[in-house]
Amino acid sequence: MGTSPPVWASESFWKKVAIWVTAGSFVILVILTFDTLSKTAVGGSRVQSYSVINRSIDYRFDYILNRYRPVFGGDEPLFGRSLSEDEAAALVTQGKKTVQAKNCMNCHTLLGNGAYYAPDLTKAWLDPDWGSVEEREARMLAFLLDPEKNAVTFSSGRKMPRLGITDAEAHAIVAFLKWMSAIDTNGFPTNFKTIGHQED
Amino acid sequence: MRTGIIDGANLNGGQQLAVKYFSVALVLFLVQMLFGLLAAIQFVRPDFLYNVLDFNVNRMVHIDAMVVWMLYGFVGAVYWLLEEESGTRVVGLAVGNLAFWVLTVAVAIVVVVYLWVQTGPGNDLTRWFVNEGREYLEAPRWADFGIVAVLGVFFYNVAATFSRGRWSGIAGVLTLDLVALAGLYCAGMFYLTNITADQYWWWWVIHLWVEATWEVLVGCIMAWGLMHVLGVRRRIVETWLYIEVALMFGSGILGLGHHYFWIGTPDYWFSIGGFFSALEPIPLVAMVVHSVYDAGVRKLRNGNHPALAWIIAHTFGNFLGAGVWGFMHTLPQINLYTHGTQWTASHGHLAFFGAYATINIAFFYIAMQTWRGNIWLGSGLAGEGWKWKGALALINLGVIGMTVALLIAGYEQSFIERAMEGSTWRGYFAGQMHPWFQQAMAWRLVFGVVTLAGALLLVWDLLTIGVGETRRAPQFAAEAG
Repeated sequence: MGTSPPVWASESFWKKVAIWVTAGSFVILVILTFDTLSKTAVGGSRVQSYSVINRSIDYRFDYILNRYRPVFGGDEPLFGRSLSEDEAAALVTQGKKTVQAKNCMNCHTLLGNGAYYAPDLTKAWLDPDWGSVEEREARMLAFLLDPEKNAVTFSSGRKMPRLGITDAEAHAIVAFLKWMSAIDTNGFPTNFKTIGHQED
Repeated sequence: MRTGIIDGANLNGGQQLAVKYFSVALVLFLVQMLFGLLAAIQFVRPDFLYNVLDFNVNRMVHIDAMVVWMLYGFVGAVYWLLEEESGTRVVGLAVGNLAFWVLTVAVAIVVVVYLWVQTGPGNDLTRWFVNEGREYLEAPRWADFGIVAVLGVFFYNVAATFSRGRWSGIAGVLTLDLVALAGLYCAGMFYLTNITADQYWWWWVIHLWVEATWEVLVGCIMAWGLMHVLGVRRRIVETWLYIEVALMFGSGILGLGHHYFWIGTPDYWFSIGGFFSALEPIPLVAMVVHSVYDAGVRKLRNGNHPALAWIIAHTFGNFLGAGVWGFMHTLPQINLYTHGTQWTASHGHLAFFGAYATINIAFFYIAMQTWRGNIWLGSGLAGEGWKWKGALALINLGVIGMTVALLIAGYEQSFIERAMEGSTWRGYFAGQMHPWFQQAMAWRLVFGVVTLAGALLLVWDLLTIGVGETRRAPQFAAEAG
């Protein structure tokens, strides 16, 4: 019986393997990162331009892809006013900053990430419980401005707290939620019946 | 050298700094549990502290205290072993001490602002000075720079001390891992409106910390711990360390893809994320084999039973929590339904506990042993060591109980909210109001209390174990690298 271990069990062999595997994996990740960021830039097919908030958005099952995906209709300006790309970008940006400032992610999930104390916001714009397409904007604003009074808890008793959201911030949050609902999330969530679908 | 009482003269310079980190870590561990308990109560009684200390605040303090106490534990563990491993004194002990106080004051300010200010207007000032609003990375931007600066000091101390003393396999892996640790944090330090790109980089920090660099850091700490507690030979632990690094980074770096299924990123991540994350449990199996084999060949003979017990708890907890519980819902075919449900919370609880809390607690016992003059903490302790055994049992029982309760809630949520109801708000509450979900949340609270009781017993034990003990533990001097 020899005193030194076989090559495959030796320290030097595994040291080299560790270095090469780590370096190789990281290089692949960097390449994929460049590709992913180019494919998810705002204005592409996966992440729509901010001015998509001027259009009607829905989320339907695609029988060719065999999954749900966003679909876009004609003009449906948010709050009745069509915005330029820059104006829409500014509004959605204010909405995203407000969502972060109010720490929404530690109750809700966004794109499925966050906490699980309140519903997922990925397709909140399309949720059937806003009543109808005509009522939706007003009900969303009312809810954000006074979540305690306008709470819809489904008997759970779980209400959104008072977060001091201003009127301008509430408009911006709605714009952000509408824009986020247009992101192609590879079919997540599945089986989601939208407000538009309810009215078919 | 005095035995049986806490005496700083029993510690080298690095270890004196390490026990400061361990002390704050232990306090933050209790803070983590306290705020977790408040959040758990709110799941059962939603009116509890409503509009005073809401769920989002409690949950944020719960998870941030966890991240920070674990980092304190890791930094402490590295300072603990640094002088012994390098064979020389810590190069920048004074600046290391300064960094400790800067970090601790910064953490205290951040927590006070979280609790008193809570949220702010939707502008840049809030993100810079109150709360960044991104799960796990809520620390305001000013604190981010502080964290990077402190990690920089820590890295300097580690690299410069090994350079002046001697390098070893553990030293090399540790130093390179710290470069990645500090560098990756920067990937989360900028604002993006594009939430897909935002979450893409956010996961670089969260995943590549927790499922890659933290695991390797813990691999280094455990390798040294096994030499110290059991007297395992250096060549054995370092070979295992390289195997673990190869498997951990080989699976974990591209395993990042399992977070890129549903955030707007291309669908090639299904295959990459699914395949590599399926491999992620393998290094964790290797760690179990490694530690259990080493403990077995030495017939568990050692002078620090609590530390060894927590090291064994670490290997099994890491494998089950990070490996098995992670794999159970990692493939996209199931993750479509489980993503963003209590299933993830179940995995999170067992994984963070099994992989990281346990190894930190093992080091707390190693520290207490040396701090009291390298006393015997093996068999024949006062009261047969009922306190450390009770704490071990209660904490493990509590965490496993919470994990199983959350898993049941996650099953129920996946079926009812996701598969049946299609994730609408009404579907979400249909899942939340189901008796099975409600019962699971009540049981989670019960087991949360059990965990806290175990942690209080742990603190009591750490403060009293070995008091008046005069027997000395055997010294396993780590062979030079």
